[in-house]
Amino acid sequence: MQKFTVHKGLVLPMDRANVDTDAIIPKQFLKSIRRTGFGQNLFDAWRYMDEGQPGQDCSKRPLNKDFVLNQARYKGASILIARKNFGCGSSREHAPWALGEYGFRAMIAPSYGDIFFNNSLKNGLLPIVLDEAKVERLFNEAAPFPGYALEINLEAQVVIKPDGDSYHFDIEPFSKYCLLNGFDDIGLTLRHAAVIRAFEDKRKIEQPWLFT
Amino acid sequence: MIQQTLYDKLWASHAVRAEDDGTTLLYIDRHLVHEVTSPQAYEGLKVAGRGVWRKDSVVATADHNTPTDHWEEGIKDPISRLQVETLNANIKEYGAKVFFPFLDKRQGIVHVIGPENGFTLPGMTVVCGDSHTSTHGAFACLAYGVGTSEVEHVLATQTLLAKKMQNMLVQVEGDIPRGVTGKDIALAIIRRIGTAGGTGCAVEFAGSAIRALSMEGRMTLCNMAIEAGARAGMVGVDEVTLNYLKGRPYAPMGVAWDRAVAYWRTLQSDPGSKFDRVVQIDARELKPHVTWGTSPEMVVTVEDRVPDPEKEKDAVRREGMERALVYMGLQPNTAIKDIRIDKVFIGSCTNSRIEDLRAAAAVVRGRRKAANVKLALVVPGSGQVKLQAEKEGLDRIFKDAGFEWREPGCSMCLGMNADRLEPGERCASTSNRNFEGRQGTGGRTHLVSPAMAAAAGVAGHFVDVRELR
Ligand code: SF4
Repeated sequence: MQKFTVHKGLVLPMDRANVDTDAIIPKQFLKSIRRTGFGQNLFDAWRYMDEGQPGQDCSKRPLNKDFVLNQARYKGASILIARKNFGCGSSREHAPWALGEYGFRAMIAPSYGDIFFNNSLKNGLLPIVLDEAKVERLFNEAAPFPGYALEINLEAQVVIKPDGDSYHFDIEPFSKYCLLNGFDDIGLTLRHAAVIRAFEDKRKIEQPWLFT
Repeated sequence: MIQQTLYDKLWASHAVRAEDDGTTLLYIDRHLVHEVTSPQAYEGLKVAGRGVWRKDSVVATADHNTPTDHWEEGIKDPISRLQVETLNANIKEYGAKVFFPFLDKRQGIVHVIGPENGFTLPGMTVVCGDSHTSTHGAFACLAYGVGTSEVEHVLATQTLLAKKMQNMLVQVEGDIPRGVTGKDIALAIIRRIGTAGGTGCAVEFAGSAIRALSMEGRMTLCNMAIEAGARAGMVGVDEVTLNYLKGRPYAPMGVAWDRAVAYWRTLQSDPGSKFDRVVQIDARELKPHVTWGTSPEMVVTVEDRVPDPEKEKDAVRREGMERALVYMGLQPNTAIKDIRIDKVFIGSCTNSRIEDLRAAAAVVRGRRKAANVKLALVVPGSGQVKLQAEKEGLDRIFKDAGFEWREPGCSMCLGMNADRLEPGERCASTSNRNFEGRQGTGGRTHLVSPAMAAAAGVAGHFVDVRELR
């Protein structure tokens, strides 16, 4: 997993609530058996005027000019600000894969779909939770200010605004540790293989019907 | 003794070890695998040179991409076919307790085959790379959806890293009125608490109305817990649970059954146990529900009208409503009963079990699909559901009414196969998500119960199923 330490980047405002993972990456792209290739189809139905197909060359497709991702001032954005319940819906990890491949490294929203939140952490995409009032301020400040960028310092757990003001955010220490070091969970877990094995052996005696 | 909730008990009985911050390694008993969210996980194993920790915990099937007609012709879409074949190859290489591949007569939606075969048992942790894994909580399991990295983690370690969620109780008391189903209870709850209302919570459904529900109804309710933002939904064990499980192919038998039952009976929240949040619903006031928008929380009863955004004070919500109305092609204040539909979909892991098909068939019997309804699709949840329905003659009832009777699978719940809505088409659907494009790009989904979907199919527009004679 890609490490996350300090990141400074252009902000893209996604001003709608309950953005679901079907919107982030529509189902036709879930047929892929690969982990990559989703960036060009991020927000496909909102981003293009035609219906996207897997494996297509997207460079010639008609763009929806009104959609925020297509506006010149947000080109190269790497921090997404969103409204409540971002990433609700399906468990598809293709959603954080698509966001990451497009170039996003972090998101800021009042809340997220639980599974999407987890999936993001496992892919080095930092989901920051700030209260609604703070997110509202970020939306208001970013709108009139082309080039509005934020700096995120994971070690210090702060989002630093262009005016120097900063917002503290919470994160589970274990998730933080994995992100800062770019650790892969499986390797960490397998260090406890003996403990898992012992637990399993006990379970076999207590609830043998689970092991037939 | 501290009183524990059902969730507390399930959590404690699966916690292998914990980090200082509470991040816990949770032991996983049952791992359901399907073709869409697993290929990258198996590839990850391969790349890292790892094996599967416990292959007898794995139950696999192909459901999302499989066609629902002309099975003899195979899967025509080459990308879908490759995904299904990749699952075949992975299971062959890495093993599973049971695999119901495409064309197997027991194949079906992963959340339907688990319970009906007894792969899902009380007290288990059940995971799957699929958000509707919450369905299995109806059996007093801790069941939830995970992403592909976590699928790989479970395959390799038999555990998941998890933080304990909050306890939420949804208590539904009182007699359920005629014409109201588990689906309507689920939609009523989402209407009350919103699609983020259960975020960070494990929800237990309890109360006299829940006890009165069949296992099918409880599964529908737990299935929709994720639409209320809750990763897991659950119901404590009672006689209904035990009666459902007894004799299922993979349920314990004989002495093992007795031993298991003695333990399973403890899988309930202790009297007086503490919940972080409690929501109370009076079942007697419930009516059939119909969603009007593009989020399950955009829902009203069949007697209501499409809401007017002008009356909404919150700006973000108002904009969301306006956008949804444009997408759905609806005018504010339209009576729900005046909304005409183009298609009907009866199926999905929410409502494709035998009881659902019986309820729909009871409405359809002796009637005809309305002329303006282009297609009414009935897709059983599994091969076994299909067989049972055919034994009862339900297929005939549907076909006589002009409804199509199909092979099992996810079908038009998300339209990864050929079953989907065309742009602008409006559908009465028994599935769980009315998101933009969910059933096909530009398609318009209204979530309802099976009986309500069937009734809309014969009337051509939404009707109150309670008013049918
Ligand atoms: S029926 Fe629909 S919601 Fe259920 S598993 Fe299949 S696609 Fe997902």
